[in-house]
Amino acid sequence: MKTWFHQWGSPPHFYERAARWTPWFSVLALVTLAYGLIGGLVLAPMDYQQGQGYRIIFVHVPSAWMSMFIYTTLAIAGGIALIWRMKLAEVYIAAAAPLGASFTFLALLTGSLWGKPMWGTYWVWDARLTSELILLFLYLGVIALYSAIEDKRSAARAASVLALVGVVNIPIIHYSVEWWHTLHQGPTVTKFDKPSIDTAMLLPLLSMALGFTFYFAALALVRMRLGLLQRERYSRWVSDMLNQSQVKS
Amino acid sequence: MLNAFLTLLRRDLLLAIRHPGEVVDAWLFFLLIVVLFPLGTRPEAGLLTALAPAIVWIAALLSTLLSLDRIFKTDFQDGSLEQLLLNPYPTTVLVGAKVLAHWLSSGLLLILASPLLAMMLGLPARAMPVLMLSLLLGTPVLSLVGSIAVALTVGLRGAGLLLPLLLLPLYTPILIFGAHAVQAAALGMSAEGPLYLMAAILALALTLAPLAIAAALRIAVE
Amino acid sequence: MNWQEFWAMGGHAFYVWTSFGAVAAVMLANWLLPVLQHRKLLDQLRRQSRRQGGQSR
Repeated sequence: MKTWFHQWGSPPHFYERAARWTPWFSVLALVTLAYGLIGGLVLAPMDYQQGQGYRIIFVHVPSAWMSMFIYTTLAIAGGIALIWRMKLAEVYIAAAAPLGASFTFLALLTGSLWGKPMWGTYWVWDARLTSELILLFLYLGVIALYSAIEDKRSAARAASVLALVGVVNIPIIHYSVEWWHTLHQGPTVTKFDKPSIDTAMLLPLLSMALGFTFYFAALALVRMRLGLLQRERYSRWVSDMLNQSQVKS
Repeated sequence: MLNAFLTLLRRDLLLAIRHPGEVVDAWLFFLLIVVLFPLGTRPEAGLLTALAPAIVWIAALLSTLLSLDRIFKTDFQDGSLEQLLLNPYPTTVLVGAKVLAHWLSSGLLLILASPLLAMMLGLPARAMPVLMLSLLLGTPVLSLVGSIAVALTVGLRGAGLLLPLLLLPLYTPILIFGAHAVQAAALGMSAEGPLYLMAAILALALTLAPLAIAAALRIAVE
Repeated sequence: MNWQEFWAMGGHAFYVWTSFGAVAAVMLANWLLPVLQHRKLLDQLRRQSRRQGGQSR
């Protein structure tokens, strides 16, 4: 266990391994996304209340899941970066935060596109959309703080603290927004959740969620390799690697 | 330990008294925001009464944001922050003294000014105790959580622009519960629920924020 | 269901296809940008090391 941890913590080892793992995650992502898309767009029956517009849910819900999931992983990586000063955890934060922000953005965009035919307007102060919007700002804060600090090691550690503070706050924010929403809920607002879900809808939805997760895993590896190379460009293992590849070619 | 806490508290308060400009500026900023709102809309009693809790609370958030900027800045510049961290006393306790000093010179003043402003906005008198109580529970959280972000950005140029982005999303629960407690009281309903929730958040912030502030300061000074 | 019906999405075509299109576009861009950047950085580093290698020889 300990040697495993050490091996994975070493940048050159990770750089090499990640390159080998990325195609596997990519293939898994492609397969699950393809099944999810066919199942969601073609095979799943029409929703009798929402018509065909409900199919947006097949991209909206996975995006929203990813936005929460990635923020949680940021906080976990932040804890690891702060306690064990593990370089890879620091690189992970810089690599994953923009991905999380883009999923949050997609969840908001698709949510409002779903809302237009359902609510008659693009934006309703719905509890979920509102907390998703606040989550987007939390992501942007982490990204802005990371890019504002020049020394990337302390930037990552500062971003870690912020991510941990954010993750303690998210349940409180979520609860407060929910509370606020029930206080002001008008009679016309329809709920986002579907009353019951058909297996013909659930399977593609789960498949899409898996696909998004694999996609994120593959991309996180790609971005971590890039971040690692940028950060360690003057180190020994990078120049060794470059020399080796020149000998080969 | 208590001695160290009190010494630091006294020092920071003395500094605030000797340079009253900054304290007064943040306070005037609070008043001005509240005055600007009626000018931006109709000075109609019903409309302002409905908006009053939100206006007072948003003004409190923004003026806290403005005054927070100074909490660690001069200490960072003259090197006393590093000494604070090298001190044998636990950093969390010392940081607590600094945050308390900040709150006494910002949040407390807001609370004292709030009934006057609320009256100008047409908030009924029965809501005043709840307004002051909600500010009493909420503004320390603003100072505590705010100090984390200030500590994270202390060495940066342009930190003032970064602070609102980092902090305002974290401030939303306090705004929601604070403003709605006042709203409920203004409508003659019980405000107990949101006030208890704010007390719970304050307890959480009191226990966790000093740890985060201390960690953030260490990263900034490194 | 024929193709025409499929693209029409029961009158919700704009919302459905904008959603799926935006998701596809963002996911594709997120993929391409780091890959291209990585390639560029490797090229740059290789050129640098070659130059330095030439000097030392």
